[in-house]
Amino acid sequence: MKPIRNWFLLLLLLLVGLIISACSNDNDKKDTNTVPTNAPVTTDTPQEIVVRINDDPDFLDPHKATASISYQIILNIFDGLMAPETDGSLKDGLAESYEISEDGLTYTFKIRSGVKFHNGEALTIEDIQYSFDRLMGKNGGEKMSNNFDNVASTEAPDATTFVIKLKEPNSNFLYSLTARQSAIVPKSNDGKHNENPIGTGPFAYVKYAPGSNLVLKKNDSYWKQGLPYLDKVTFTFQSDDQAAIMSLMANEVDLTSVPWQRVNEVEDSHSLSHQNNNSSLIVTFNETKAPFDNVKVRQAMNYAISKADIIDSVFAGYAVPLGSNMSPAMGDYQKKGLESMYKQDVEKAKALLAEAGYPDGFKTKITVSSHNEIYSNIAQIVAANLKEIGVDVEIEVVEWGIWLDRVYFGRDYNMTTIDLTGRASAYEILNDYISTNDGENFFLFKNEEYDKIMADVLKETDTAKQIAYYQRAQEILAEQAVSVYVADYQIVWGSDKQVTGLKSYPFWFHDMSEVKFSN
Amino acid sequence: MNIVQRYMKNINLIIGLLVIVGFLVVMVISFFYTPHDVNTMNIPEKLHSPSSQYLFGTDEFGRDIFSRMMKGTQTAFAVGLLTVFIGSTFGILIGGIAGYVGGWVDEIFMRLMDALMAFPGIILALMLVAVFGPGVVNTAIALGVIAIPAIARIARSGFVQHRDAEYVLAAKLIGVKPYNIMFRHILPNISSQIIVAATVTFATAMLAEAALSYLGLGVQPPNPSWGRMLKDSQAYLVKASWYTFAPGGAITMLVLGLYMLSNALRDYMDPRSKS
Amino acid sequence: MMYIIRRFILLITTILLVSIITFGVFQILPGDPVRTMLGTEADPTQIENLRSELGLDRPLYEQYADWMKGLLTGELGNSLRFSMPVKDLLFARLPVTMSLAVLTLTIVLVVSLPLGMFAARRQNKLSDVSLSTLTQIGMAVPSFWLGMMLILYVGMQFSFFKISGYIPWTQSVSGALSTLVLPALTIAIPQIAVNFRYVRTAILEQMQLDYVRTIRSKGMSERNVMYKHVLKNAMIPILTVFGLIMAEVVAGTIIVEQVFSLPGIGQLLITAISNRDFPLVQGIVMYITVAVVVINFIVDILYSVLDPRIRLR
Repeated sequence: MKPIRNWFLLLLLLLVGLIISACSNDNDKKDTNTVPTNAPVTTDTPQEIVVRINDDPDFLDPHKATASISYQIILNIFDGLMAPETDGSLKDGLAESYEISEDGLTYTFKIRSGVKFHNGEALTIEDIQYSFDRLMGKNGGEKMSNNFDNVASTEAPDATTFVIKLKEPNSNFLYSLTARQSAIVPKSNDGKHNENPIGTGPFAYVKYAPGSNLVLKKNDSYWKQGLPYLDKVTFTFQSDDQAAIMSLMANEVDLTSVPWQRVNEVEDSHSLSHQNNNSSLIVTFNETKAPFDNVKVRQAMNYAISKADIIDSVFAGYAVPLGSNMSPAMGDYQKKGLESMYKQDVEKAKALLAEAGYPDGFKTKITVSSHNEIYSNIAQIVAANLKEIGVDVEIEVVEWGIWLDRVYFGRDYNMTTIDLTGRASAYEILNDYISTNDGENFFLFKNEEYDKIMADVLKETDTAKQIAYYQRAQEILAEQAVSVYVADYQIVWGSDKQVTGLKSYPFWFHDMSEVKFSN
Repeated sequence: MNIVQRYMKNINLIIGLLVIVGFLVVMVISFFYTPHDVNTMNIPEKLHSPSSQYLFGTDEFGRDIFSRMMKGTQTAFAVGLLTVFIGSTFGILIGGIAGYVGGWVDEIFMRLMDALMAFPGIILALMLVAVFGPGVVNTAIALGVIAIPAIARIARSGFVQHRDAEYVLAAKLIGVKPYNIMFRHILPNISSQIIVAATVTFATAMLAEAALSYLGLGVQPPNPSWGRMLKDSQAYLVKASWYTFAPGGAITMLVLGLYMLSNALRDYMDPRSKS
Repeated sequence: MMYIIRRFILLITTILLVSIITFGVFQILPGDPVRTMLGTEADPTQIENLRSELGLDRPLYEQYADWMKGLLTGELGNSLRFSMPVKDLLFARLPVTMSLAVLTLTIVLVVSLPLGMFAARRQNKLSDVSLSTLTQIGMAVPSFWLGMMLILYVGMQFSFFKISGYIPWTQSVSGALSTLVLPALTIAIPQIAVNFRYVRTAILEQMQLDYVRTIRSKGMSERNVMYKHVLKNAMIPILTVFGLIMAEVVAGTIIVEQVFSLPGIGQLLITAISNRDFPLVQGIVMYITVAVVVINFIVDILYSVLDPRIRLR
């Protein structure tokens, strides 16, 4: 008996010792965030934030990075000639003003002076020239982006002017000049842009531990006076949504997206903000494979599938129904009213199927990716809805890499569901459906009127006329029932109550430049 | 030995059998009857707590959890039995040949088994499922492959033990073919050890399927598998805690029953571990 | 001596076989690492650039040969996903997994040894049977469920425990423990059950033997019987299962690191597979395998030292 008692006593002592040491040595963040609300505003509230991101960036080099996840982070490090606004428009970035010539071919930018890189060097016109040359492959390296194929030439007539000449007018061109497409990087950092990214943005790179976190620190000489407020930003990578919300509740993380079903668990203890993702969640078809090559069948699908069911059970109501491939987050660019074109009507769906030659329904398969449960959940609802009109859907779940390979690039599928991520410009959102866009047109959709509209809009300089073009494009997609445009789901961001200054953009970007902790 | 002690000795057997037979009965019933349809969604009724109508409550699509649990026994036994079948068949073949023939055949086979065993099982399962896709059969194949080395080892040691036995020599003298000697004569003698290993394999297959489901692979919807239901329930841990206890409890109970049964069998064969 | 040499050759063969299996499986594995990395937004230019940069357009055997060559010089290649040496990624995460494994093993031993001895001496009494059953329940619970329950009912309730992330020992000892205790418990509980049985069985076996009756009749105290003789002899079978437990702990860290968001090797491995990051997967798998095989090797040697009969086989 005695030896065992000794063991247990020892364990107990160890435990007690641990608890004592923990209480006395408690230097975790919670202490600093529980400043009583009636205390005076002090600068002692540490301005350090921990933000959760779903996955690692693919590259730190802004010219190489493509995943939206990467841009969430690295747009805090870099600036472009133009900068994005929260409503989808553009504002001045490193260019303090610009002019476009009458024929739409010459863009002249006046570069801001007094801007410094994180390494202390001044931003010069050579750095801007270097950045564009690098992107276009003129530095002896490979071409890094297709966005500048339309550029005839670039030149720097003096120390504060940069001129870009296009081959053909493109009303969308300015969108290629934000940090997302053409971040300005210092010439002196050539070859090290990925190991040690240096830019002109509000935060400077400190270190990156893959799979773990990425740390940024304040850029004391940022060109926007008084900004940023934060001293340190830590992005931690956590792919599991459930674990993330628990970290938020345990105050180990200050900002994260909250799973829709669990919003009410944090609504009292944290601030919530809803961001329209500006994505289009669609159930779509391979338009070249029967029976989906028949527009009536596609329309039947639209009448049969219940968007309300999906919004309710998968997104707990946090989604806005769509009618075409454009979200209300894009403001005037969206054609309103299309979402009522195909109100759920089982009888009509069956009738359409019969007209198309499938009175008894048919069998098909929906292929979805496993990297996020929402897709297999949506597939289950789709299968249940379609069963009622006699369509027998088999659900096939594959890994993300395989989905990309087979469905997105290989186009070997019948039905699938995915959300198309938001872009800042209406053109980039709608160009997926252009028949010559091999890279993105995985629906294999071909429509002459659509192609013509999307070509004409680039030549149009009047914004009102551009909007008319984009709206007609959306109408075509709805009329042709190219996909079932289910919804734009909202991201619910949960943040520590003391965090202010968060902004939401029509694309993924955690803009930390105006964020601070207050009382 | 008083009544209590005698009872205690057999507790493993009693509980083990009770649990397994219990689940088997549920499974048989589920082929003919479940209180509600297993896949029909009823979204207005989602996430209801247990009631007389829905014995275990409803899930996020309004489906009756109790009915899905019943159907889940089919998946559980399907995956478990298939895994055991694959693991045992190849395990006995490989281990048997290695043990009986000996020599360099033995060395090679056993090195292969060692290599397979050194491989973290869940990783091999992950990669196999990624190659062949998820689903009941593929999951079982992946888990079966992982189970082979353990059974092969046991089979091999059994065959090594018996290959020089008198009855084997006698059979050889008569001219019985090696194949027959191995599988008609030796195998039945070591069958009890194999059965113990098989029971444990079943149990670990259940746990492994749950782990695979946690990682997003494993049995896919709408097929109700306990592992998958366990993973789906994580999002509702606070909101609907009953949702997680049903599959979690079921897996634990079935695995426990299997372990206890295997203990009882092991005790029966190896009297030294009793008193 | 021959014994050691034989086991060593076995070790090398096993490692080689594992590398070939990993390599082979990856070749059948559909899914392109480059496309997976760049996602739906990549344009063909970027895909081609990246592919040739990473040397993925060369024939398989060339890639494998290159890799093996590198291995012998201690180089494990570069991760496709993170564009940095596999070695660096591995070693950055090693302390986490190592600390977790060591803590887990300590808990397993500290709890299962006394429990096993206790149960052995009360064989078939109520306490023995209830302990056996209780530990079995620990073995029967799915590991990630156990982890989640611990997070919910312990981690969230007591602020001491961190439910995600890792604090290095060098920064704070109590901090490191706060991030490791719950994960270690999650892995340890099933293994305590396993070891408990072995300890109990091993001690029971020893207690049957004649020498125990002899030394008892000579008047030695029960305590000395247990510690000075029985335990020592029982260590041999316990040692055999130790290697197995090590392997289980290593496997256990893979899921548990995912549940508790610990930046360890296991979590890196799962990420690597879904990214089709072959060099990284190969590097980690080789590392884990070598570690497990080497430990088993050491256990075998120890075994033969403790029990001379083994050497003569």
